[in-house]
Amino acid sequence: MELIFKKSSPGRRCTMFSKSDVPEANSIPLKYLRNTKAQLPELSELDVVRHFTNLSKMNFSVDTNFYPLGSCTMKYNPKFTEDIAKLEGFTSLHPLLPQLRLGGLLTQGALEVLYCMEELLCEITGMNNFTLQPAAGAHGELTGVMLIAAYHRSRNDKRKYVLVPDSAHGTNPASAAIVGYEIINIPSNKDGLMDIEHLKEKLTEDVAAIMMTCPNTLGLFESEIDKIAKLAHQKGALMYYDGANLNAILGKCRPGDLGFDVIHLNLHKTFSTPHGGGGPGAGPVGVKKELSEFLPISRVVKRDDGTFYLDYKRPNTIGCIAPFYGNFLVILKAYAYILLLGKEGLIKTSEHAVLNANYMLAKLNKYFTSPHPKRCMHECVLSGVHALDIAKFLIDRGIHPPTIYFPLIVKEALMIEPTETESKETMDHFIECMIEAARLLKEDPDALKKAPKTTPVGRLDETKAARDMNCALL
Amino acid sequence: MSDYIANTEKDERLMLEAIGAKSVEGLFCDIRPENKPRSFNIPEGKSEFEVMRHLKNLSAKNATDLICFIGAGFYDHYIPSVVDHLASRSEFYTAYTPYQPECSQGTLQAIYEYQSAICRLTGMEIANASLYDGGTALYEALMMARRITGRNRVLVDDAVSPIYRTIIYSYTKNLDIEFVEVPAQHGQSDRAAIKKHLNDKIACIILQNPNFFGAIDNHSDITSKAHRVGALVVASVYPISLGLLKTPGEMGVDIATGEGQSLGLPLSFGGPYLGFMSTKREFARKMPGRIVGETVDANNKTGYVLTLQAREQHIRREKATSNICSNEALCALRAAIYLSCVGKEGLAQVAKLNYEKSEFAKSLIGKIKGVSVKQSSPTFNEFTVVLPRDPKEVIAAMIEKGFVAGFPLARYYKGMENYMIVAVTEKRTKEEIVRYAQSLESALC
Repeated sequence: MELIFKKSSPGRRCTMFSKSDVPEANSIPLKYLRNTKAQLPELSELDVVRHFTNLSKMNFSVDTNFYPLGSCTMKYNPKFTEDIAKLEGFTSLHPLLPQLRLGGLLTQGALEVLYCMEELLCEITGMNNFTLQPAAGAHGELTGVMLIAAYHRSRNDKRKYVLVPDSAHGTNPASAAIVGYEIINIPSNKDGLMDIEHLKEKLTEDVAAIMMTCPNTLGLFESEIDKIAKLAHQKGALMYYDGANLNAILGKCRPGDLGFDVIHLNLHKTFSTPHGGGGPGAGPVGVKKELSEFLPISRVVKRDDGTFYLDYKRPNTIGCIAPFYGNFLVILKAYAYILLLGKEGLIKTSEHAVLNANYMLAKLNKYFTSPHPKRCMHECVLSGVHALDIAKFLIDRGIHPPTIYFPLIVKEALMIEPTETESKETMDHFIECMIEAARLLKEDPDALKKAPKTTPVGRLDETKAARDMNCALL
Repeated sequence: MSDYIANTEKDERLMLEAIGAKSVEGLFCDIRPENKPRSFNIPEGKSEFEVMRHLKNLSAKNATDLICFIGAGFYDHYIPSVVDHLASRSEFYTAYTPYQPECSQGTLQAIYEYQSAICRLTGMEIANASLYDGGTALYEALMMARRITGRNRVLVDDAVSPIYRTIIYSYTKNLDIEFVEVPAQHGQSDRAAIKKHLNDKIACIILQNPNFFGAIDNHSDITSKAHRVGALVVASVYPISLGLLKTPGEMGVDIATGEGQSLGLPLSFGGPYLGFMSTKREFARKMPGRIVGETVDANNKTGYVLTLQAREQHIRREKATSNICSNEALCALRAAIYLSCVGKEGLAQVAKLNYEKSEFAKSLIGKIKGVSVKQSSPTFNEFTVVLPRDPKEVIAAMIEKGFVAGFPLARYYKGMENYMIVAVTEKRTKEEIVRYAQSLESALC
């Protein structure tokens, strides 16, 4: 579609602001003013509405298509939480209000949401405290590693390394490196789990933490996880849990009980807030009590009279990692979701997420190679040929492709996460399409090279994009 | 209660048969019995109606009728209805990061248009697809400047938001970066001091326009001096003010960042917000975050993809330019829609309204006995007020009169115990401003 700037017509207006009701002021001296007006498009309201409505129709989304994108937990997002996030009592609230005298009393509802959400997340994960401030999973990781650094620093313990399995999300090593740690990769063994013998070799008293995802990105539960945690603790290292895959274990095990010291969650995944085309999400971080003193300020505290206030007097805090209290509206939606599902609903969520993924695996492993065909948790990984071609073929069948080429340790990986909200019929359709793709590829390896054909554009030249670097219409 | 699960008992049975498992519980056998939860004490589920009622009650405990004269970087602007309606298209909000471009052209083109609008607004050449917020955007900018220059010393004008400065210092505590803060003089960047400190050891100088005190500046002389010693200039800017004010691009700034909340995002008790970043083309490959680029398909048809991914964590892992990946795409979409709605003339109009209403408020407040609003440079829509009494008490008294009167500076600035900053947006009417000034006068009596 034509860019919105090209639809501009001089003199056309959409949003009109009220006429000024105050006297004209002295002009700002010329040296402070821009030379020409910002070249934004000039459009009617209908132009804008039609443009963005038509753009929206060029997207696959959970509401329109099956979206089994592994590790992203693209489950259905309830609509009532959207309504809650539009209540004026939440949307119009200035974040500085509770920092003013008397202002705190006028934000009690919002503070209560934060306080109660922290308590729920502690119970779900087995941790002692949470900060809700990180705005995304990767932001949570960064915060978590900063907490680990603060913990070791407080003990005058200079540690250099963070151990990361080769199946980890790319954000794990990236986050640890940004805080100043060196990364040591730990390979997976033939069962797809962390190689404990190799780990023992690398686990010295110079190691600050082991970062793990469990179930890992192969969809496998690290059955020796508690032993790994014990080994780490014996050497004074902390255990970090990447909670991207919590959807697999709700009510089945708790990272806190398994020996993890720090955890981040992706509320937008497990607790079903919309992914927004790539955010906003929320990446709260939970810790055991030994690390609570380092949590970022502010902290929401409950007074004896039941009211809430913000505490800034935390001498050992890592400081501020966000301007305020996190992506509040996202936290709010996840809170409403947890209240609605309750204990039984959460447990059932994981049971059906795991059931659905195992069904996929059982039905498809005859047609594809599966590195671990017996069992999986919330997602399964298949290794086919031409993962990219299969992905593009699925698009023509109205299915958003699984995650491809990840985890990096599986060649031509297809990582499938159906989630608990999809029906057997939808999965059966997906399975049929996958089998068809496998058959077509067997008959003719080039059969799918022209896919997709049903989309507004065909396969795009990514090399040209990187070379031209045309990233804005100036 | 509801759980959004589609499987019936029959489905479950058929699926277990296909898997060859006896029970769903059996699928969890890798979790050994000793690793089962020690507790899972979550309340029972509720109906949608019950949860709605509970949260409506909680929302009613928050004030919605206070008249807002507080800003400090986060402003009460009008959001056209169109923004909410279009951003509520679930084809946008229930999609994810556009990893598969052919079925994500809606999101990709919208982000390309957002990047274009941010470049046009800031006068820069290339922008990324978003960052978390204005504060973390500034942190990412200084890390970027460090990567580009290979230097470890950073100058910070202390008229940069103290909220942002705290964030920067928190993130870099474990790194070898030396910060030199340059105190503002009379609420303005201290040019002589900044120029004295600028040398070939400096990675960047961080500035803000308008600064935290509301003052407008033209930093062109500082950027020239910085470039002569190979230092970069990072500026945090307020997008609405760019309807009128000199752009970072025109001043020679190298990396512009800012908080995009003003561009169609509600205040929402602190988030989700939107960090934006734009820079010069030569630094594109050092920029963090997702970037959308234009390209073509095999039939030469124009399309959009995520590009320059070789900088990113999923490929570069520990060597990535940043750990940031997906962040605030829907907020960037809102900003793109907002900027399309207000357009070229609307942005200039709203900026002028902010300035004029703020000047009107300044003139009334300045007439109150014992109160001073004198600043050595012009301001945009926020200004500094010196009160004859502790602003914390005055603000509390004003809350009782229905106003959020401003933000006190004592917490962040020594010697400013009697100062507060007051913001006036286009939403404030003449009548509200007059009443504010009258209430302030009576609160001071």
